[in-house]
Amino acid sequence: MRISSKQITLLVLLALIAVAPFFFPSSFYYRVGALVFINGLAVVGIVILTGYAGQISLGHAGFAGIGAYACALAPAHLGIHVGLAAILGALISAVIAYLVGRPILRLHGYYLGVASLGFGILVAMVLSNEGQLTGGPDGIAVNDLGLRSVLNDMGLSLTNSEFWYAFSGLTLVVGAWLALNLYNSPTGRAWRALHGSEVAARTVGVDVARLKLQAFVISAVYASIAGSLLALQNRFITPEVAGFMHSIEMVTMAVLGGVGSVLGAIFGAIILTVLPQALTVFAEHEMMVLGLVMMLVMIFMREGVVPTLLRFFRGRGE
Amino acid sequence: MLTVEGLRSRYGRIEVLHGIDLTVTSGEIVTVVGANGAGKTTLLRCLSGVQPVTAGSITFRGEAFTSVPAHRRLKLGLAQAPEGRQIFTNLSVEENLRLGAFLFNDERVHRDMENAFNMFPILKEKRNQVAGGLSGGQQQMLAIARALMGRPACLLLDEPSMGLAPLLVQQIFDVIQGLKALDVTVLLVEQNAFGALSIADRGYVMETGQIVMGGPAEDLIADPRIREAYLGI
Repeated sequence: MRISSKQITLLVLLALIAVAPFFFPSSFYYRVGALVFINGLAVVGIVILTGYAGQISLGHAGFAGIGAYACALAPAHLGIHVGLAAILGALISAVIAYLVGRPILRLHGYYLGVASLGFGILVAMVLSNEGQLTGGPDGIAVNDLGLRSVLNDMGLSLTNSEFWYAFSGLTLVVGAWLALNLYNSPTGRAWRALHGSEVAARTVGVDVARLKLQAFVISAVYASIAGSLLALQNRFITPEVAGFMHSIEMVTMAVLGGVGSVLGAIFGAIILTVLPQALTVFAEHEMMVLGLVMMLVMIFMREGVVPTLLRFFRGRGE
Repeated sequence: MLTVEGLRSRYGRIEVLHGIDLTVTSGEIVTVVGANGAGKTTLLRCLSGVQPVTAGSITFRGEAFTSVPAHRRLKLGLAQAPEGRQIFTNLSVEENLRLGAFLFNDERVHRDMENAFNMFPILKEKRNQVAGGLSGGQQQMLAIARALMGRPACLLLDEPSMGLAPLLVQQIFDVIQGLKALDVTVLLVEQNAFGALSIADRGYVMETGQIVMGGPAEDLIADPRIREAYLGI
């Protein structure tokens, strides 16, 4: 039996997670790796919204903020476990995405971009201004997830950074698997159809408004869980997680890697998370070089890094 | 099957349909012919629900249809192959057909797809290719095949011959005539008046947002005014 592109993506991803640690010069890189996977998870959500359904959001960090602060606030005020708090955060994000998405998804293109941008800024403002609840711009501490000590008792001892590397890596695999399944489902086809032409999608019976909303809610849940993971790993969170730059970063990662494909988007997350670390040799010129790399990629690899390279190698194979 | 009464529609402040009346009975092929800008496409857009109606009514199979949203009209039996062959160019041929059957999730979908492939063998050959890579004629076939996947009682066709080579035009018209055998009623909007009238049972002539003439297709073909204005004879 031929293996499908879905299985290839998952195999590549699993291999990457398993093999990468052999090349880590120090345990610091486990932290970078975990950050890559957490960003990757948020970016897979962007692939569903932008790559599949063709809608843009410049405010998705708002949902990451909701997921992150749920982990800080729900245990303190509701007395629930942080793990449950992350799930609660995802539910709240879904409800808010539904309420916000209903009016703003009627907009198209840059109008939608600006409206969603407004939403992201709103969340970040609330998080930094409601100081007595959220700790304000200084941030707030988050409880330990406790899963590592459970694993320790079962005889699997991992350092903190190893644990978060593995845990966020596995979460990313699950997230990617769900997204890949959605691609070929009737819902995924309908998303890609309305991405091409909303009028034509309507004439085949697709409820365009409802499907856009579904994509928005699902991608908000991805962002929310990524925000929760970030909070749980760092045991600390600041309003920056919901900030404008974080929203832009998500979209940039997706577009740079190739927004139409899950694997491409994850590579985008790798590039934009690892590159700044690698570019520290350029000291104060770091951001300039990063900006230059991004511009060159977009000029010479318009569809994103992974789709362009795939096409190149396929073209040679024939 | 389909009754339109006093239908008016506008783009912004400019009214483009000034009260259209027409009927389509079950099993017929009815054509609306007219020059560029007569409002034919706007009429179809009203019927498929993507263009707001300002006055008048649409009745389909005895039900008031005027305010039914576009995506629910197919479920009620009215399908459209939109102008400019609005296929999903980034999706494969097979995915396009599956989307045509978006409302259904049963084993008949598979059979319908086989029927579509029998009707258009070229689509079967190219089933895994991206639809945007098909030729104009093949895209038009795909648009019709996709509309049929929705199991319509009535099919609206907007300018299916537009931009096609003469040989392909004949082929497409043959296919439309063949729909009769499948019990699909057809409302065909065409600039190619002669081709459309020669396969239709009845026809309407549209000029600047109004129906100016209607009757059996062979009478219209024989009418000297039509021959002069539209058939170029």
